[in-house]
Amino acid sequence: MIHARGLARTFEGRGRGKAKEEVKAVAGVDIDVAEGEIVGFLGPNGAGKTTTLRMLTTLLKPTAGSATVAGFDVATQSQQVRRSIGYVSQSGSTSPEARAGEEVMDHGMLYGISQKQAESRGRELFEQLDLEGLWERKPQAMSGGQRRRLDIAMGLVHDPTLVFLDEPTTGLDPQARANLWTHISDLRTRRGATIFLTTHYLDEADALCDRILVIDHGSIVASDTPDALKRQVAGDLVSLVVADASKAAAAAELLGRIADTEVEVTAAQAGTGAQAGAGVSARVRGAGHEVAGLIRGLDAAGIDLDSIEVRRPTLDDVFLDLTGRSLREQGA
Amino acid sequence: MFWRETSIVFRRQLRMALRNPAWVIIGLVQPILYLCLFGPLLEPLAGTLGAENAYTLFVPGLLVQLGLFGALFAGFGLIAEWRAGVIEAERVTPASRTALLLGRILRDVLQLFVQGLVLIGLAFLFGLTGSLPGMALGLVLTVLLGAACAAASNALALTTKSEDVMAPVINSVALPVLLLSGILLPMTIGPQWLQVVSDFMPTKYIVNAIRELFTGDFWTITTMWGVVWTLVLFAAGLWVGTRTFRRENA
Repeated sequence: MIHARGLARTFEGRGRGKAKEEVKAVAGVDIDVAEGEIVGFLGPNGAGKTTTLRMLTTLLKPTAGSATVAGFDVATQSQQVRRSIGYVSQSGSTSPEARAGEEVMDHGMLYGISQKQAESRGRELFEQLDLEGLWERKPQAMSGGQRRRLDIAMGLVHDPTLVFLDEPTTGLDPQARANLWTHISDLRTRRGATIFLTTHYLDEADALCDRILVIDHGSIVASDTPDALKRQVAGDLVSLVVADASKAAAAAELLGRIADTEVEVTAAQAGTGAQAGAGVSARVRGAGHEVAGLIRGLDAAGIDLDSIEVRRPTLDDVFLDLTGRSLREQGA
Repeated sequence: MFWRETSIVFRRQLRMALRNPAWVIIGLVQPILYLCLFGPLLEPLAGTLGAENAYTLFVPGLLVQLGLFGALFAGFGLIAEWRAGVIEAERVTPASRTALLLGRILRDVLQLFVQGLVLIGLAFLFGLTGSLPGMALGLVLTVLLGAACAAASNALALTTKSEDVMAPVINSVALPVLLLSGILLPMTIGPQWLQVVSDFMPTKYIVNAIRELFTGDFWTITTMWGVVWTLVLFAAGLWVGTRTFRRENA
């Protein structure tokens, strides 16, 4: 559905001293999305996600490279591309004082479908997206979640086979997010749509996507399934809190035997006894197998544990691994 | 296709404008206030100003003022729409970019046309006399000028995307234009230097032309210049507007 080669966009900014400055927002990305896939485009703010999306949706001309979307060239066949895709932008799509149903109908009619068709498609979408009874409602009187679903209805009114969603759940509360995820995955199961979404939420990419493209500083640094990406990180994180800090070295030695990375020892505040405890942690491949033996070993050596935690790698770990920075540091 | 898209945009805009009648009412009340509260001041001066009827002098000025001001501020609505994502959503549809602009301008033009009709109709009650076909033609010139201003205003809105940038620009353009076009008082009563400065103001020629049209003088040099300037501004406004709407990333 999407094939992009070397897609790039440079903006001409003006730096201090009025010298022209070229800002590379997207530095030549290759993207391939097959029919029926849900692909996540993951990266921190300013990584080039929205710029790439705007190029793929014909809102922005690439400065280099080429892309075909739904079988049409974005540069030379923009009309056909626009007809085939739905785009749900992060800034919304309806006037706050307009009426929801009319916005959806007008939008459908701009795609060339008749008023009647637009109305029946709109009402059907309202039903599917849990917006029944809101046809006459003004978007300003809707909740954030309802407005996002209305935006999705706007993007789907002409029955596109490929849907772009730009940060679909940004600014929503957790329940509304979970609810929206159901609706997004429904798009594929019910309508067979291909979905390309950008996000800077790892859990979102994890929950929704078959495949994830990680973008940083305008380049794609990884492309794989969430699980494969997580497997790239060297194993699960095993963290022990040793009750007696003086035995931390012994515990570290035992953990080191099964660990795939250096063992880290930190002074933990978690000590419950008279003495402060110590944290001992390392990454262990297949920790589920190894931990039972570790605990027996620790027990035999007379090392008491305050706690033990095994954490599967998250996409945040993946991102940290790939870019040396945590996604969370960027803020939301 | 193009006209269908234009009419979809136009009807959407009109529907929203009519649902919020405050603006419609304010738009209609303004010319009425001018007519009621300023018109009587001009009546005793009409002779001095070289006119037989104060209202053939005053109403054309008010028409141009409506055309300039009403339309120049049209872009503010567009900024709000842009912020709500409406413009972007419309731009991912296959609809013509020019249709997106034209539908909006038509709403402003319709509003201006209705305001102009109300103004002229009311002026008759106050004692306006003159040539009806001339008045109709004057209204046409006003509407064309308004379309040009609305297009320019929408283009400026889409370029600046900020009310804070746009308001000072519009105000700093509108006030000198208002003062130098002889809208409230004809420039001919001013000192030489002021007349020379006002000679550079295209809208002055339009106001003068509409004044002549109101008195029934169709085939004069003044009228011709007014028509020429109106058409020039109209073409320029639409050109700037469509160019901005077509530009990517706008």
